Amino acid sequence: MSALDAPPQASLLRPVLMGLAGLVAVALIGWLALPANIAVLLTSLVAVALACLAFTRFMGWSDRWMVIAIPLVWFVTFFLVPFFVLGRISLSEVAIAIPPYTSLWERAPDGTLEIIASFDNYLFLLSDSLYVSAYLSSIKIAAISTVLALLLGYPIAYYIARSPEPRRSILLLMVILPFWTSFLLRVYAWIGFLRRDGVINNILSWLGVIDEPLVMMQTDFAVYIGIVYTYLPFMILPLYATLVKLDDALLEAASDLGATPTVTFLTVTLPLSLPGIIAGSMLVFIPAIGEYVIPTLLGGPDTLMIGRVLWDEFFSSRDWPVASAVAIVMLILVVVPIMWLQAVQNRQEKNA
Amino acid sequence: MTSNPAIAANTRPWTNPAAKPFISIQNITKRFGDFTAVNDVSLDIYQGELFCLLGGSGCGKSTLLRMLAGFETPTAGKILIDGQDMARVPADKRPTNMMFQSYALFPHMSVEKNVAYGLLREGKSKAEAYARVAEMLKLVKLEAFGRRKPHQLSGGQRQRVALARALIKQPKLLLLDEPLGALDKKLREETQFELINIQETLGVTFIVVTHDQDEAMTLATRIGVMSEGIITQIGEPRDIYETPKSRFVADFIGSVNLFEGKVGPAAPDFMRVETEDLGPLNVLPVPGLTQGQTVWLAIRPERAWLTRTRPPEAINSVPGVVRDMGYVGHMSSYVVRLANGRLVRVTQANEGRRENPISWDEQVTVSFEPADIRVLTE
Amino acid sequence: MKRGWFLPIVATLGFGFLYAPIVSLIVFSFNESRLVTVWGGFSTRWYGELLNDGQMLAAAWISLKVATIAATLATVIGTLAAFVLTRFGKFRGKLLMTGMITAPLVMPEVITGLSLLLLFVSMEMLLGWPAGRGLTTVVIAHATFCAAYVAVIAQSRLRDMDESLEEAARDLGAGPVRVFFDITLPVITPALISGWLLAFTLSLDDLVVASFVSGPGASTLPMVIFSKVRLGVSPDVNALATIIIVIVAVAVTIAGVLLMRQSKTAR
Repeated sequence: MSALDAPPQASLLRPVLMGLAGLVAVALIGWLALPANIAVLLTSLVAVALACLAFTRFMGWSDRWMVIAIPLVWFVTFFLVPFFVLGRISLSEVAIAIPPYTSLWERAPDGTLEIIASFDNYLFLLSDSLYVSAYLSSIKIAAISTVLALLLGYPIAYYIARSPEPRRSILLLMVILPFWTSFLLRVYAWIGFLRRDGVINNILSWLGVIDEPLVMMQTDFAVYIGIVYTYLPFMILPLYATLVKLDDALLEAASDLGATPTVTFLTVTLPLSLPGIIAGSMLVFIPAIGEYVIPTLLGGPDTLMIGRVLWDEFFSSRDWPVASAVAIVMLILVVVPIMWLQAVQNRQEKNA
Repeated sequence: MTSNPAIAANTRPWTNPAAKPFISIQNITKRFGDFTAVNDVSLDIYQGELFCLLGGSGCGKSTLLRMLAGFETPTAGKILIDGQDMARVPADKRPTNMMFQSYALFPHMSVEKNVAYGLLREGKSKAEAYARVAEMLKLVKLEAFGRRKPHQLSGGQRQRVALARALIKQPKLLLLDEPLGALDKKLREETQFELINIQETLGVTFIVVTHDQDEAMTLATRIGVMSEGIITQIGEPRDIYETPKSRFVADFIGSVNLFEGKVGPAAPDFMRVETEDLGPLNVLPVPGLTQGQTVWLAIRPERAWLTRTRPPEAINSVPGVVRDMGYVGHMSSYVVRLANGRLVRVTQANEGRRENPISWDEQVTVSFEPADIRVLTE
Repeated sequence: MKRGWFLPIVATLGFGFLYAPIVSLIVFSFNESRLVTVWGGFSTRWYGELLNDGQMLAAAWISLKVATIAATLATVIGTLAAFVLTRFGKFRGKLLMTGMITAPLVMPEVITGLSLLLLFVSMEMLLGWPAGRGLTTVVIAHATFCAAYVAVIAQSRLRDMDESLEEAARDLGAGPVRVFFDITLPVITPALISGWLLAFTLSLDDLVVASFVSGPGASTLPMVIFSKVRLGVSPDVNALATIIIVIVAVAVTIAGVLLMRQSKTAR
């Protein structure tokens, strides 16, 4: 009860002092150990947070909003606002300047603001068949890879979910392990596998299966392999999460009622694991659409994917407005699957 | 009633209209969206009571408890503890402590640290706190387990740590959410009496939430039966069992045979109730009933009386056939089918070994004493 | 499904598919020959060459710095986001926040990279900060998408955690801040450690976002590797990969064993 009777300053003083001490500590560590610009960033972040905290305390507001504000402001600034900037620049024109695009408004001679915004970049995307076919081909490649990942991932997830402990944990760890090693290096490893003089061709010709080396590198096939390989853990983990919750008694009940294993699978297991199938598929499909590294390293010159087009537009042509328009259209393509994923996850949360 | 009314009034303050309640719950309502969890509940609890809130799951008993602890804010109404309004007092400043259903022992702290936590937050010195911890662990017979982590204890030991932790700040009011729910049956029965002993030793007021009627009957000084957010009856365990106010309470506490009937013409010693199932029955007169009014008769199975032939002294008797019987050791339970097909449950104490017990398909007579028939109007 | 031959065979093939390329990477890192796929005898010369590659070492050092700072920042932000989402009930902006921690997980990297770059450029024009692009911008970019991963991990742990633990501490007289540091934080620490490690790895691994938001003098390791690999296979990259894989395997195994032991003892 004593804290209630204590003067209100007490509750203000202590956190402020502790905060100041923290600020000094961060600043010290920062100046000593970190690059200067990062130290400035960290120190100012802490300072801003402290100022807000002192202000909310001073105004007598609840600290609740302060705590909510930190992550909310960060994500709004560095995740949401960028999309608006992207949208804005997609409406401007390319210019030889730094940065290389025109301003959206200009002062007219009479002093009024004139807004210059055009949808020319979007019309350009529509008129040039390169972009349309790149979008379509991205969707096709992402979809085929997703189906392949599902076909491979489902039995693995099922096998792991039905394994007894501790084998289950070890297998699960083995699925996650490659994900922790460098993605770039794992894609790189496939070059050594798929090349003309690569491991697969060497083994096959040594076995006498083939006379001529198979052409696998620089084909769509290599891109499928690369995507499935890279994103397989993302497919397996949500599938595993739904399958492991599946009660054995359900399967026994189904077979007790006369269902064959296939029928049991189709009528019990599959419907119950649907949320996992959707979540896993979205986790593979969405990032695969914009994939850049895999088609660049494994695909051929005619492997058309929109991520690559965007990259070239930005880095080679330095046409930032068109690159932005490409990104905005891609964003529209992935918004629907993202919302679907979100809906599935919300529903699962509610059931849990 | 005891022979000395002065002492009786002392230990049962609720019978004394001048007594000042220690906890006063006034017209408390709690809504979650459209759902009303607690609906306009008023309740007075007195110093030193062991009050049980009894009800099925979702009846609002836990929500009421959590409002007392300060974890939920009432939508409307007022809670006074020892005369102080709790509306603006957050959970950490309330003079209450709670024992959680899951025990909520901090997994990363030893038993000692768990128990000391409350005292240290009060600003007590470590030496003082740990001296009290040692006392408290002795009270719950866990002196030897202070250094263990919660996961190294059995369920019963964890329950006692939780109790010690909740009691160490000597709260004015201890709230217990299903305190014995996680224990197995045998341990539960032992612990019930231990809980009563501790409560009497420390003189702390307890409010216990439970769904287990046996537990409530054993523990409580008074019981509040809750259903769908309202308290349907408050009373001592005996009152609740013997004189339930409604069909819900009669049916919820113990088992009961219920018969619908209409009040008949007045008779000199008894009141007559015409029932469809049992015909006319003589019951003790209840004031305030009008002729023709619909009432329900509640008869406990152990108050019915089973014989092969109709006993001459019986006032109410009906013939029937034994449909089912079960032998439970200290008693046997029967299901008797009446002429119109209605089933009546009867239990008979097995005193001594009977040579020729009543069995399946026998023609029997079920008799009821007028005093054992409870007339309900709702 | 009956316990037949189908599942074990597919699972074995699947794991083979996952591990064969990694194994071959390691094997050929000890290859004498420059031709990565033709065995020319055992040698550790590529490791020696790697150690003398100044550009590679500088990039590795930058990547380590970026990853450490970004992962720490991401853990703080992600934990706060998860805490707010699981413990604060309903508030305005909750749906927005939920969306903003799910979307970065699947957002194509090229979009994230380009939009963040454009943000930084616009901010520089409007506010004068950040002046140019380099370490700071990469750290901010990485912290943002890594925070989303940390938030997801922390969220699921917070949801599993028995909320009555926190209520019990409140009940015993601890204020909300005290409860967070005394109870919540220690209980979710294992999850936060794995969240930090994941953020660290993701940052260390990122090529696309870094390529967009990085500036001169701040080439990260994946950027240097990518420019090398684009030109074809080179055995010193194999050697580097082997080193990374060994470090990760050891770290993950230790972490996994620790986590498993933890989950067995404490719930």
